[in-house]
Amino acid sequence: MRELTLEDLDDMVLGATLLGTGGGGDPYIARLMVRQAMEKYGAVKIVDPSELDPDGLVLTTAVIGAPTVIIEKVPAGTEFTGCVNALAAYLGKEPVALMPIEVGGMNTLIPLATAAEMGLPVIDADSMRRAFPQIEMTVFTLAGIPAAPMSVADEKGNVVVFETINNSVAEKLARASVMQLGMANGISCYPMTVKQVADYGIQGSMSYCVDLGRKLNAVKRGEECAFEEFLEFSGGQKYFSGKIIDIDRRTTEGFARGTVVLEDLVDPDRVMRVEIQNELLMAFEDGKPVITTPDLICFLDYETSDPITTETLSYGQRINVLGLPCAPEWHQPGMLELVGPRAFGYDVDYVSMKGIAT
Amino acid sequence: MSNRLRIGIDVGGTNTDAVVVDDAGQVLASTKTATTPDPSDGIRAALDDVIATIDRKHITQAMLGTTHPANAIIRRRDLDKVGVLRLAAPSSLAISPGMAWPADLHETVIGASAILRGGFEYDGTEISKLDEDGIREFALLCLGKVNAIAVSSAFAPASTDHELRAIEIIREVTNGAMAVSLSHQVGSLGLLERENATILNASLFGLARKVVDGFQLALQSHGLDVESYLTQNDGTLMTSEEAVQLPILSVGSGPTNSMRGACALAGLTDALVIDVGGTSADVGILVSGFPRESSAAVEVGGVRTNFRMPDLISIGLGGGTIVSDRNGQVTVGPDSVGYRVVTEAIVMGGSTLTLSDVAVRGGRLNGFGDPTLVDSVSAETIGFALEWVDEQIGILCDRMKLSRTAMPLIAVGGGSHLVPNTVSGIADVIRPEHFAVANAFGAAIAEASGAVDRVYRYDSMGREASLEEAKQMAVDSAVRAGADPDSVRITSVTEVPMSYLPGQGCRVQVKAAGPLKG
Repeated sequence: MRELTLEDLDDMVLGATLLGTGGGGDPYIARLMVRQAMEKYGAVKIVDPSELDPDGLVLTTAVIGAPTVIIEKVPAGTEFTGCVNALAAYLGKEPVALMPIEVGGMNTLIPLATAAEMGLPVIDADSMRRAFPQIEMTVFTLAGIPAAPMSVADEKGNVVVFETINNSVAEKLARASVMQLGMANGISCYPMTVKQVADYGIQGSMSYCVDLGRKLNAVKRGEECAFEEFLEFSGGQKYFSGKIIDIDRRTTEGFARGTVVLEDLVDPDRVMRVEIQNELLMAFEDGKPVITTPDLICFLDYETSDPITTETLSYGQRINVLGLPCAPEWHQPGMLELVGPRAFGYDVDYVSMKGIAT
Repeated sequence: MSNRLRIGIDVGGTNTDAVVVDDAGQVLASTKTATTPDPSDGIRAALDDVIATIDRKHITQAMLGTTHPANAIIRRRDLDKVGVLRLAAPSSLAISPGMAWPADLHETVIGASAILRGGFEYDGTEISKLDEDGIREFALLCLGKVNAIAVSSAFAPASTDHELRAIEIIREVTNGAMAVSLSHQVGSLGLLERENATILNASLFGLARKVVDGFQLALQSHGLDVESYLTQNDGTLMTSEEAVQLPILSVGSGPTNSMRGACALAGLTDALVIDVGGTSADVGILVSGFPRESSAAVEVGGVRTNFRMPDLISIGLGGGTIVSDRNGQVTVGPDSVGYRVVTEAIVMGGSTLTLSDVAVRGGRLNGFGDPTLVDSVSAETIGFALEWVDEQIGILCDRMKLSRTAMPLIAVGGGSHLVPNTVSGIADVIRPEHFAVANAFGAAIAEASGAVDRVYRYDSMGREASLEEAKQMAVDSAVRAGADPDSVRITSVTEVPMSYLPGQGCRVQVKAAGPLKG
């Protein structure tokens, strides 16, 4: 068990931004929510599954909607407690802990604010340990755990709970509800037992996020060997140091897609192309894939080492391109069909990062 | 000589500059005086000087750019107490107004706050019915406790009704005694940032009134019966009436005036501008005569806001930047002797090796001190430092550019001698005349403008028709602001597709500007 302090929160926000791989929503609003909730209700406990009753119910909560709406229709808090309570009532059981679905971007933090308010601990696990654009893109889908029954709630008290036959229908129904409920809502899905979390979840995600952020903060402060320690901790690798020479954005089917081209800072003949679908998904050098989803592509500012989100990319930016291996729990049958390059429409093979157990 | 003249005045942290400019953009007179503790004194002194040789009956307009409001926020002085009213409940309750403010500024400014029912959804429907009784209660509670109320409702940039109703109620209840600032007039999408900007705006009401009155009094006491304007962050003008309503929109006008002034003095509309001072260098870019705006959230006095500010990149590179040589290990900056370079540089008989000394020895700066005093510095050190300067300037310019296309670079400021004559990716390095008063010149040539920021659904209206409507609204708004209808032009169009939003939702921002109607 660890108690999350306001200082941890700073590290967690940085870690969450990095794990957002360029997307995942700006954690700024979520961070303010957590601060207010912790000031009002006290600190939040992060617990390991082994500390809880294996049969206890774990519920997730996250924000679902459009980032551009969320900045204007700021959360009330009740959309998250609302969807959690509704799902608990439907299941006829009280949760023993909350869990993030997505440790990456703003959804890393939402369950902390809700947990503070509900007086529940947050279990140290998740289902992505990075940001992905759709609800079914989780290790739970690989384990055959259904996303439904799930609930979507707004801040006014409207709630929908539904059952679905598979996780991609769940995704469609959730999006359709959100459209009618103001595009900034709470969602609770993948209800499961503590034992299921321990067996099928990505373990230690919250701690990983805080520690990753802490190590990146050390890099930002220019501490000696900090970058080496950061790479060692994350198993990551620097693939490219370049300058953006071209950027092309387009929106199709609700996704912010784009292509970024970087030129090596020293050798202008070396060029990297990175493909975006909300998140940074694929990196190619000389036409050959070098970092591929579900491994993480992270852009860090060349000077400050701040993670860079896709909305703020612009010509001339100097960037270090890092590859971070995805959580080891991803490596199981079905991964590539669900979140590999072809799942996003890229007709290339997944390239495993060195030293990663598959 | 043309018979319509304009005065431009810029009150900066150190200097107050003034120019008189004719219709053709020629500088007829200019002056530089020290900024005074009460800035009105400096304004009067600059006016005295600059119109001494000018026939004042030809002067028709006077433009002021000033750092008063920015300084007030930074120094937490001369700020009014504000009541903060947010109309968004039940949404947004998870984050209270002023949540992320620095404690001292919060204490100085925020006197009361409430989140009441109201505001709109993305599709224009109400989040909840407006809590009119709540607004009445809050207004009464604020009476005698605060000087102004800042009202922000969810999606106000698209749906202004609740904010407009709120101001009616507040005026009614307080018999017009309470000043009110509405968020849709201040900022764009992003409720928390817009609310912050609106609170800061309301806290500047008293100061803005003083500045505007002081300026008009100074003009009158010099026998100038002219239209007076203040310049805003985006390089366009506000009338005196607007300036007292929207003072926050002028907090970034200094760098904007400097860039626009430099560019116009060089006779260009599209260029990079580098302003090198004693301690730092700022680079910005002008497109069609206006600075590109920053896409990142802008912090003012430690508070995150989202209003329009020029996109600038700064680095620690200036005439006073210290160069040190430890056993052949040469480092440049980030420390600087700043304005003390005039006494501390080696060529001036001082003892600190600065980039100005390097520039003298390297042949980039003439007529500054005694060049023989730096003879003892090794050629390697000089070479290394100049290489560093050139590399940094090259990187800065590259980060500011929009594409590979080579652009001209305009170099201004006391340390601009450091800018080399050739920079990679730069077509030409231009050093305009009169650059010392670029800020005041920028104020004098500012134009009237209008802006639109809304969300369109391209599937129902079509992209072309949506853009056309937004452009027309921007033009109309510029004309209302005083622009000559015959010469208004669209200065920028930005489309931001909204991910996950149905119906090809797209945020469209359009700006139009034109010279004032004569």
